[in-house]
Amino acid sequence: MSEQTGMITMQLMGKNYQVPTGLTIMAAIEYAGYKLVRGAGCRGGFCGACPTLYRRSDNHRIFTALACQTLVEDGMCLVQMPFVPVVSRRYDLHQIAAKPNTLLQHFPEIAGCVACNTCTRACPQGLQVMDYVQASLRGDIERAAMLSFDCIACGICSSRCPADIKHYAVGLLARRLYGKYVTPDSPQLAARVAELQTGNLIADLNALMALSQEELRARYEQRTFETSEENKEPFSAIQHYNSPMDPVDYKDEIEV
Amino acid sequence: MQVAYYPGCTIKVSAQHHERAALAVLRALNIELCELPEWNCCGVLHSLTDDNLIRHMAPIRMFARLEEQGAHEMTTLCDMCFNTLAQANTWAKERPERIRAINSTSGGELDYDGRAQILHLLQLLRDRVGLAAIKARVRRPLRGLTIYPYYGCKLLRPSEVAMDDPETPRVLHDLMLALGATVAEGPLQTQCCGSYHVVDREQLVTNRVAATTDEARERGAEALVLSCPLCHYNFDSFQGSNHAALPIFYYTQLMGIAFGLEPEELGLDAHRVALLPVLLEHELVPEGVQVN
Repeated sequence: MSEQTGMITMQLMGKNYQVPTGLTIMAAIEYAGYKLVRGAGCRGGFCGACPTLYRRSDNHRIFTALACQTLVEDGMCLVQMPFVPVVSRRYDLHQIAAKPNTLLQHFPEIAGCVACNTCTRACPQGLQVMDYVQASLRGDIERAAMLSFDCIACGICSSRCPADIKHYAVGLLARRLYGKYVTPDSPQLAARVAELQTGNLIADLNALMALSQEELRARYEQRTFETSEENKEPFSAIQHYNSPMDPVDYKDEIEV
Repeated sequence: MQVAYYPGCTIKVSAQHHERAALAVLRALNIELCELPEWNCCGVLHSLTDDNLIRHMAPIRMFARLEEQGAHEMTTLCDMCFNTLAQANTWAKERPERIRAINSTSGGELDYDGRAQILHLLQLLRDRVGLAAIKARVRRPLRGLTIYPYYGCKLLRPSEVAMDDPETPRVLHDLMLALGATVAEGPLQTQCCGSYHVVDREQLVTNRVAATTDEARERGAEALVLSCPLCHYNFDSFQGSNHAALPIFYYTQLMGIAFGLEPEELGLDAHRVALLPVLLEHELVPEGVQVN
């Protein structure tokens, strides 16, 4: 019936609404007459401001989603969580070190992880959340940083965790520690910054501006990656981890 | 020989030297430990509430992940991990419906069939490699060194998961003999070291450590050998100042010394009680060796 008319029924905060199929949850809420002043942000799946809990009529589980990224379904019972409160211990990144116990000291509750993997199942980004909490627990800052790299801090994981872990805050500290203390130094970057500080780059810029699109593309495709001192392989830590990101086609990007 | 390897958090944080020594020794025996690509904390202690499924999920998840790798056997260095994993596995295998319940609580992502098992590295060395092969690999026998093997609890209790006789264990005794050492023994070898009481009842740990080290000393031991990182922490940190402290070795470190491996590979520096003096005294490491 619903399919014929192109309308479906959803339940929003306990009340039924008829909305057209094909809308995102966020658009459906607005169609139903609500004006979103909180719990909406970029509308592009990046800001993490629209976490949603819902049930389906045929399943006993609670499902999670970002309202701006998920299509509304017939029989959905929805509630919006504008944000998930966490209390994070304050730290001064300059005063702490990247030691095996650093993450555990700042977030002792990660030791309460029972490896139920509820956080992973709840993550709208498809991250291996439990695995990065476990990496944090054993002091593997690099792995925690890599596995949490695409976290948008929507907080759904923390709302579902039986051990009240603040996953996204743990991942954020891991990435900060990794960026500041663990990433290999980049001599080429330092050299380039020194060049930039001399300030006289007009000739370089003009030379680039004079290139054709084909020449620019050739340069882009032939660019070299920096190698670290001890390891002559190009450094690209992200290659070693299973990122759920789609591989980016740089050629298409240049076409635009 | 390749074996799946479950390290556990302690090995990666506070007992890294045990792992370094183990990897060096196993390389010398042509055994490759293949660390599981993704692993979680074992749960640390086996929960005695057997209807609270979520408390058993962490160890059962590890067996499920092992099977995803196409393997049914993994080894660990840590006595705590060994005990927790073995107890959870026994608990699950006793009643298949427990495994089914955990698999279904996981939202269908776990699919453990109850066929995997955990081996302590000492089991692997004793039962798969064999003490004869270990003895044959010895290049610098620990001659003249008297060692007191300490077992603690986690290798031996409860008896369902014991990897040796719970009353009169022999594995460290036999291993030390294979390395050419002299062994001193006594009834406190299997007494608990005080374990996690170290966080709130330090005196209890100090008393137990003192009783065991006194017994070892009275029986002529110059060093103590053990396997458990937690026992190691307690013995290495709480011997008090009434006697010169006994050096505390992991069995992997003594194997490395006896195999004639480079002392730098064996993590000998990361101990509070220095290990080098007793080794130098018996000329088991070269004069002037640096370990850090």
